[in-house]
Amino acid sequence: MYTNEMHLSFLSISQNEAFARTAVASFVASLNPTIEELADIRTSVSEAVTNAIIHGYRSEDNGTVYIDCIIEDMTVSIDVKDMGEGIEDVSLAMQPFYTSMPNLERSGMGFAVMQAFMDSVDVESAIGQGTTVRMKKKILAES
Amino acid sequence: MQINYKQQDNKLIAELSGELDHHTAEKVRKSLDRIVASTQPQELIVEMSGVTFMDSSGLGVILGRYKKMNEHGGIMKIANPQGHAESIMRMSGVFSIIEKCSEY
Repeated sequence: MYTNEMHLSFLSISQNEAFARTAVASFVASLNPTIEELADIRTSVSEAVTNAIIHGYRSEDNGTVYIDCIIEDMTVSIDVKDMGEGIEDVSLAMQPFYTSMPNLERSGMGFAVMQAFMDSVDVESAIGQGTTVRMKKKILAES
Repeated sequence: MQINYKQQDNKLIAELSGELDHHTAEKVRKSLDRIVASTQPQELIVEMSGVTFMDSSGLGVILGRYKKMNEHGGIMKIANPQGHAESIMRMSGVFSIIEKCSEY
């Protein structure tokens, strides 16, 4: 079985959102994904990292966001983790259009986007301890 | 993220190019609000053919600008979104609220 892994940690500043999605996309590129699959991954990583920064760390720039990316054969697992606030009600947070910060013009579509673009999205969260978003996607072999 | 503005009569065209995420959203929001407040267009066209990346933070900005235009009796349209930017907007039902166009 082909396996590979990559671990990243970076400060919770919004500039790093582009870095994070580009880094994960470059790592996954070895599987020869389609442009579409790569865009799905790039967008989902961006959503999860943005959540970690805005919600996990309340936009404070001294938190650390962690990404663990594991490839097993053609399946990519991406964990995006923060050690921030945690989510009180995960199923509420995952509802389309729900946002805990309506005053910030958030669309409330972050989790819906991740769920649409990845094969699975699981969230583990504990108040005061942080949140981990675990996403998986199988890259389909070229026909 | 770059924004170029063009004005045609009562129409303001904002050509966005680059990546529209949480980091760039603030700049886009401020820039659009400032120019809309000073020029008070009847119609705002957001030209998106140059947007190479967009996530749900971008949706927030688009919907927020639509709301503001609407409050002042103005019209806003989205022109030529591409690839994933288009699918995110379609998936979220944005086009049932905001008209998508290819010419303006």
